[in-house]
Amino acid sequence: MKTPSMMSGQAADFGPTPSQTVGPFFAYGLTARQYGYDFGQPFDDVVALPEAPGQHIVLEGRVLDGDGQPIMDAMVEISQADSAGRYPAAIADVKASGFRAFGRMGTGTDPELRFRFRTVKPGAEGPGQAPHINVIVLMRGLLLHAFTRVYFSDEAQANASDAALQSVPAERRSTLIAQRQDKGGVPVYTFDIHMQGAQETVFFDV
Amino acid sequence: MTTTLSPRGWENHPPYVYPGYKSTVKRGPTKPLVPLKAAPGEIAQPVYGHDAVGELDHDLTRNARRNGEPIGERMVLTGQVLDDRRRPVANTLVELWQANACGRYVHKADQHDAPLDPNFLGAGRCMTDSEGRYRFLTIKPGAYPWGNHPNAWRPQHIHLSLFGQHFASRLVTQMYFPGDPLHQYDPMVMSAPERLRRRLIADFSLDVTEEGYALGYVFDMVLRGADETPFENR
Repeated sequence: MKTPSMMSGQAADFGPTPSQTVGPFFAYGLTARQYGYDFGQPFDDVVALPEAPGQHIVLEGRVLDGDGQPIMDAMVEISQADSAGRYPAAIADVKASGFRAFGRMGTGTDPELRFRFRTVKPGAEGPGQAPHINVIVLMRGLLLHAFTRVYFSDEAQANASDAALQSVPAERRSTLIAQRQDKGGVPVYTFDIHMQGAQETVFFDV
Repeated sequence: MTTTLSPRGWENHPPYVYPGYKSTVKRGPTKPLVPLKAAPGEIAQPVYGHDAVGELDHDLTRNARRNGEPIGERMVLTGQVLDDRRRPVANTLVELWQANACGRYVHKADQHDAPLDPNFLGAGRCMTDSEGRYRFLTIKPGAYPWGNHPNAWRPQHIHLSLFGQHFASRLVTQMYFPGDPLHQYDPMVMSAPERLRRRLIADFSLDVTEEGYALGYVFDMVLRGADETPFENR
């Protein structure tokens, strides 16, 4: 019996599928609950539930365009290790620890157009790696999502020996470092993502 | 085990700044990307629970019904998710969103004066099976105008979001329909390198069509994969 794929002229030209923009209307597909649509979403701004081990933190920031204006139709996804530097391998690990490792938030619902994740500070994944959070940025006007990383301002020593961070030209490293502010009980790390301009965030080819 | 990823393959994707699509001009990165050797974080993938996908999430003709059937041409959208070595990408999340049959999104920011459909949201999700296959039942979306340039119309399309087996294999794309005369005028279609545009266009399939009920389209998607076979017990 012929399978659909064997019939496919599209499949006859095999190779990676080109990326396209997430567009301005991703909200009810990817972040429905956040934006008040009657549909669920598999990921949200909670990366670590209250019971997850480690130091609980907030990671927040804005996504800024080439004019320095905050972007209201961007979406940020983050992935990170737990406080011991490990990634959950199965949903059972997530259920046992309360650490979900992955988060997603659009910038269109916060009054200041921020993304804002509740998580724990990650541990280092191994020697020569400083604690960091992996970031994917998507938005209207971005045909292919961009990768970056968040490092922490209070990890100067670890940052100095992080191979990835040290591979970045010295004058641009500051674009990858979230600044810690203590607002009450939970440390808040601010990480603005500049798509362009003098402070353009370092994006990685990974 | 050390997993390495196949090369990113920038030649397979549109450029960050493509002036025909105006919004890219102020939003696409302009400085060179910094090469990064994939670390555990890039190799990791989100983990999903059984509750990530509801029973009707794949069926957009039923998942938002209020008082009747959604309006429009019913269609099956199915296909296989493969990596760049033709290995099926099993058990991965596929998310979908689209306009209704009249070319209107439910989104609050969509100002197009085409009618909304009270029985259609336009969002769905499913997991691929052990062969990497996914399947949605939906309504064929309409074309709609947008403000990019004079007389600008988006071709009929469906947005798709995939994870694959690694954080670094993430893909968001759009599926277009065969034979649409708008393709050649659309800067998003045209942003893809010419030889690759075919990969964005689904195939009509009589095999997938359900007699008396819904037309069928096949859209396979190919993600970046690993350079070696991951352990089965990973």
